[in-house]
Amino acid sequence: MVGPGPGGGAPLENANPLIYRRSGERPVTAREEDDELPDIIDDREIFDLIRSINDPEHPLTLEELNVVEQVRVKVNDAESTVTVEFTPTIPHCSMATLIGLSIKVKLIRSLPERFKLDVHITPGTHVSEHAVNKQLADKERVAAALENSHLLEVVNQCLSARS
Amino acid sequence: MRTGGCRWPLPEARGVMAAARAEAEAEAQAAVTALAVSVRDFVTGQQDGRAAEVAAGLKDGSWTVLQLVEALGFCLENTDPRVRGRGMQLLSQVLLECYSVLQEKEDWCQIGAAVQRTDSAGIAGVRCGDCVGPEVLLKWRVSVRMRVRAAEHGQQTGFRAKSPGALEEVLHLVLFYENRLQDHHLVIPSVLQGLRALSMCEVLSPGLAVSVLKAIFQEVHVQSLLQLDRHTVYSIITNFMGTREEELKGLGADFTFGFIQVMDGEKDPRNLLVAFQIVRDLIAKNYALGPFVEELFEVTSCYFPIDFTPPPNDPHGIQREDLILSLRAVLASTPQFAEFLLPLLIEKMDSDLQSAKLDALQTLTACCAIYGQKELQEFLPSLWSSLRREVFQTASEKVEAESLAALHALSACLSRSVLSSDTEDLLDSFLSSILQDCRHHLCEPDMKLVWPSAKILQAAAGASLRACHHITRSVLPLLLEQYTKHPQSSQRRTILEMLLGFLELQQKWGHVEEEESTLLSLQAPVCSVVFSALTDPSVQLQLVGIRALTVLGSLRGFLSPSDLELVVDHLIRLALCEEDSQSSEAAMEAAGSLAPIYPKVFSGRMVPRLEEELQSEQEEESSCDRCSLRQRCLQALAAVSTHTSIVRETVPVLLQHLRKVQKGSDAGSAQDIISVCQSLHRVALRCQQDAESCWYYHQAVVPCLLAMAVQAAMQESTHPPLGKALLQEEVLAAMVPVISAATTHLSPELAAQSVSHVVPLFLNGEVSFLPQNSFPCSFQPFQDGECLEAQRRLVALLMAFVCSLPRNVAIPQQEWLLRELLALSCSCNCPFTATTAAKCFAGLVNKHPAGQQLDEILQLAVNRIEPGLAEGLHRTQALTLLLWVTKALVLRYHPLSSHLTDKLLGLLSDTELGPAAADGFSLLMAESPDVLHKGCHADVRIMFRQRFFTDNVPKLVQGFHGAGPDVKANYLKGLSHVLNHLPKPVLVTELPTLLSLLLEALSCSDRVVQLSTLSCLQPLLLEAPQIMSLHVDTLVTKFLSLASSPTMAVRIAALRCANALTSLPTIVLLPYKARVIRALAKPLDDKKRLVRKEAVAARGEWFLLGSPGR
Repeated sequence: MVGPGPGGGAPLENANPLIYRRSGERPVTAREEDDELPDIIDDREIFDLIRSINDPEHPLTLEELNVVEQVRVKVNDAESTVTVEFTPTIPHCSMATLIGLSIKVKLIRSLPERFKLDVHITPGTHVSEHAVNKQLADKERVAAALENSHLLEVVNQCLSARS
Repeated sequence: MRTGGCRWPLPEARGVMAAARAEAEAEAQAAVTALAVSVRDFVTGQQDGRAAEVAAGLKDGSWTVLQLVEALGFCLENTDPRVRGRGMQLLSQVLLECYSVLQEKEDWCQIGAAVQRTDSAGIAGVRCGDCVGPEVLLKWRVSVRMRVRAAEHGQQTGFRAKSPGALEEVLHLVLFYENRLQDHHLVIPSVLQGLRALSMCEVLSPGLAVSVLKAIFQEVHVQSLLQLDRHTVYSIITNFMGTREEELKGLGADFTFGFIQVMDGEKDPRNLLVAFQIVRDLIAKNYALGPFVEELFEVTSCYFPIDFTPPPNDPHGIQREDLILSLRAVLASTPQFAEFLLPLLIEKMDSDLQSAKLDALQTLTACCAIYGQKELQEFLPSLWSSLRREVFQTASEKVEAESLAALHALSACLSRSVLSSDTEDLLDSFLSSILQDCRHHLCEPDMKLVWPSAKILQAAAGASLRACHHITRSVLPLLLEQYTKHPQSSQRRTILEMLLGFLELQQKWGHVEEEESTLLSLQAPVCSVVFSALTDPSVQLQLVGIRALTVLGSLRGFLSPSDLELVVDHLIRLALCEEDSQSSEAAMEAAGSLAPIYPKVFSGRMVPRLEEELQSEQEEESSCDRCSLRQRCLQALAAVSTHTSIVRETVPVLLQHLRKVQKGSDAGSAQDIISVCQSLHRVALRCQQDAESCWYYHQAVVPCLLAMAVQAAMQESTHPPLGKALLQEEVLAAMVPVISAATTHLSPELAAQSVSHVVPLFLNGEVSFLPQNSFPCSFQPFQDGECLEAQRRLVALLMAFVCSLPRNVAIPQQEWLLRELLALSCSCNCPFTATTAAKCFAGLVNKHPAGQQLDEILQLAVNRIEPGLAEGLHRTQALTLLLWVTKALVLRYHPLSSHLTDKLLGLLSDTELGPAAADGFSLLMAESPDVLHKGCHADVRIMFRQRFFTDNVPKLVQGFHGAGPDVKANYLKGLSHVLNHLPKPVLVTELPTLLSLLLEALSCSDRVVQLSTLSCLQPLLLEAPQIMSLHVDTLVTKFLSLASSPTMAVRIAALRCANALTSLPTIVLLPYKARVIRALAKPLDDKKRLVRKEAVAARGEWFLLGSPGR
């Protein structure tokens, strides 16, 4: 499902990628501190969940590599749907499936069960876009991937808070 | 008969003497017998304790060394090596204990003689031993004779003046021991111990140290000994190196070679530490290494990088770090190692192990301190390529930081070397290769390598002025060009940030000679780039521009006067008009740091502009804009008051503005007054360090504030309905820190001068010192009367002043003042005034010197409080007074404090006052902002919280168990307040006794108790996971149930605790994993975003538990 793991002596596929600035912490508003008023789940909240996921290759987050952007995150709280598009740094990136899997797992762990998740590659940014999208959409294949302890280890490393 | 008569006593006397002699002989005989018994017990009876007895007897003179050696004779000549070993062990142990006592010449004579006598016996013993053949003995005898001659020769040539006899005897002892090195291996450890004792002796004759070491190098295969015995050998060498350096150096490189053989193959960390120290001394004290440099390097560098993990519960306490530092000191001790060490370091930098990389980089940094061009030359290209790779590709910030440090050290090392005329300057070629590899990355401000390149260049440039010139000469024009080439603000920001880094390096070298400075030649383009950043719409770019401006301003002589005016104009514009508050704050901060460098420009240009803005009354803009502009002006005035001359300009402007706004009566003007007070407070804090401006500020501000307040209060008493803004609680509370900050740093003389005005103002209505002191009626805040309510409120200002005075300033009419305050605090209906009076009273009592007067005042207070608490309208006031007085006394460890605390504990069961009393515990433990803290010179003992805790927590716990159900919560609340303020290390040690109570408190329905208990438990989960894991079942259940509390803050705290639970040992948590993950799904859909955020964090951590890749 995925190419060789990160690290080791293997040269990086893209040693000098473009990097982008991190958006700061979301400022807490007075409304959010009010006990009574409900806050709906919005695009920024979903983006905050995935922006700090670590890239499997670089010591950078998906946000810094512009793999995920807030404009490519859509959520509808009332209808319980979330759509995330992600953009691999280069069109033949072998990590694309792994990145998609990490985003998907992060959302599964962090969102209420009522949400229907759709994670796919931004159209036209990857050579094997369809194959990757199909894998990510297939619940059983995602579940099977997480049974693989090597794969789970890499995903967990991507999801761990950076020390 | 006569003669007989006189002879008579003689035989008697003779008899007595004889008897005495006989007695002494008998005693001596008895002692010798006792010695023989001890020796036999030790040798054959295996009783180790006897050695100490023998040594003690020797020290107190019960027997002599001679007798000991004679007594030992039987075993030293025994054929059984175990018995010989035991005999040697006794002799060596006694020597070890007594070597310092035995430094008298005679003792050595005796011991030497005795040994000489047993010499033949010794040889007999050796002969019977199975390890030595007769030819060895022959050699030994010859060598003894030769060495005696050598030693005598040494003496003749004036080594040391000792009696030949003594010399020879000591020699015999040493030679005896040396000879014994050939004995059976069971005997060797004791022989080495004896030699160690001898090595600590000061009276060894010259040449003996060398002979002992030669014997050890020759006869003993050190690495086949046990750890302790190897350690003994190292100790002998260390001792000799400490006392007989010259002699050992006479051995030349043979000594080094001998030592290399001794330590080759050492594995024990304890011994390695000693061995490394010996190598370091060899090098540091210039012992001859001869042809053995590489061998010495090999025998130490084979341990690099250190890979050692101390066993758990290691009693020796040797850490990995000790070995690393010790070895590094050896490797980096001499340039002679360079040709071997540098390839090794380069190899280890390529290692996959991060610890090896770090060690190699740090060792390289250490080496650069002593290396020169010669050592580095050959290896520079490979060092640079390794370092470049580490900075460009590493994932670890630590490796990056160490690589940059090593680069900095290399550059510094090359800059330091003195050049001879014919060699090329390596620094130039090294920096050129760095520039070649990094420069082009600077032109790609979006790419990942731009920052690593900039950091490399800055690290190299930061090493020396020369390096700085070389690099900035090439980089600065490039960056300026790139700035104009890239129009996007995000790219410009990156470029400007790099530029800023290089400008900061210039700052480090201080004033630069003008003809050399590349920066000065680039003055115009640099300024235009920075100014363009300041006018850019992007806030991020502005912020960097402001930082750059600060750096440029601090480079003396860089900015021309016209540029400076432009700088000030930009700062004013950014501070006042920029919409984004970040830019505005940064601009004010920049103004604050530049103002003391250019005070004239700021007071002449900035302050008048701000004053103008404050005074302008244009109403065309919306009032909201107006308001925020005024706010900004006030903040800017405070920010720029960083120089005495500017303070004298800004304070009058602020006071003028205050007079203007206090005339209003609406809520808006109250807010305005508070803003002015905040600015005044900031100015006060800046003035504190400078005595002159402090006094100026005090004189200008305190009377002015008092006058305004008094005037307002008088108008109030004449026209009750007019609610003056100046007298509102928040406004008075904002004036308190101003007066307090203006007072705390006064010198005692000036403070005394000021107090002689202020106290009579309040007690006697003396208004003469106030400016504009014509008032319609008299000022009598302590008098009874309905219409004086407004005047009484000004006690807050009195409190701010008298409670901030230094402790050694006497307060006039203090007793009177205290009585008035006491009365006011108990009887006043206004809670603000009553509380303020109580605080003022407490502040004064805390500083009051101990003695009868204090006791009387306190008695008076207790007499007021007790009936007040019992019943009546003023119960709350009495409780407030009790709390503040208790706090004042708890802080200074006054004996009465425990009485008052008990009273407070008693109130917890009061249904009416209980909750307030419980909250009072937070007041007792917390730092109070306006009175009773260190800053206002209060008497605060450092451990008062711990002391309060140990004294009162048992009582709280006891009270809790005895209390009725309706007041139990009060005790828990009180307890959680105490715990919340306790330093965490103290809390962790006290935890086991309190944990059950805290767990009970989690079930308490009171929100405050829940919250404070959770905030108490969270750090404990992180710091004492072992204790907490005993209660994991209860904790999981409680946290999960509190995660659905109706209060948002409780839900957040419970989820944080659920997150902190993951720091307990995984094995304890795994049984709960599925349950917790299921339960945490619910708060993921909480209606509040802040709760969801915590739930996501906690659930994510629980998912990772026991999972690969955590």
